[in-house]
Amino acid sequence: MLISNIETIPGRDVQEILGLVSGSTVRAKHIGRDIMAGLKNIVGGELQGYTELLQEARSEALARMETEARALNADAIVNVRFSTSSVAQGAAELFAYGTAVRLA
Amino acid sequence: MSQLICISILFALGYFVGGGRNRMHLRSLDKREAELKRLTATTGICIPGHANLSESTLVHGGVVISVDYFKRVIGLFHTIIGGRVRSYESLMSRGRREAIIRMKESALSQGADAVINVRIETTRMANGRGDKQTAGIEVLAYGTAVRTA
Repeated sequence: MLISNIETIPGRDVQEILGLVSGSTVRAKHIGRDIMAGLKNIVGGELQGYTELLQEARSEALARMETEARALNADAIVNVRFSTSSVAQGAAELFAYGTAVRLA
Repeated sequence: MSQLICISILFALGYFVGGGRNRMHLRSLDKREAELKRLTATTGICIPGHANLSESTLVHGGVVISVDYFKRVIGLFHTIIGGRVRSYESLMSRGRREAIIRMKESALSQGADAVINVRIETTRMANGRGDKQTAGIEVLAYGTAVRTA
């Protein structure tokens, strides 16, 4: 699956727009990571636990979006956007959306 | 009294350990940025001089980063007197540079020559449990990796 965040796929022509596809996941950090991050906050720097959590979650959201696009028999997803929002205390939703298209 | 000792230990830890780690990070950023210079990144959707772009894939890089205790206190002080908050400025720029580097590294590992339409997003992470302090900021950089050949 070709994925891009511009309106086309470079070097290819879009034949048909199949519709909006999206994928999302809500993740919470567990208490152990929370405590580690609290300690890390004293000396500053990267909070690796959180970085990993968010990267993992983002890949998951992308994978779900791809699954949805595959169900539509799409060749590519264009104009992909990411968005993050906190839905509850200590939990965040990672959301990816784009347009599924068939290429010529 | 014991509280005062605790705070001064945190303060010293932040100043010495945090400051050292900060400088180390900046050095590593400089080094990796120089290595990745040959990979073009642009916010536009075309690269002048290269009409044929192919093999596009979405790449992203992210980092969660926070300031040390010392800088946090200095930052707090600044919110009272106002003005430029240097300690947070450097945090934001370190986060952005790191995110861009990770995005470029991911593009490079997929054999791309350039990243087009780069977007950068920043989110503040709450500490949770109702307090107003930040646990750090998350910076996400994403774009479309392409081959220019």
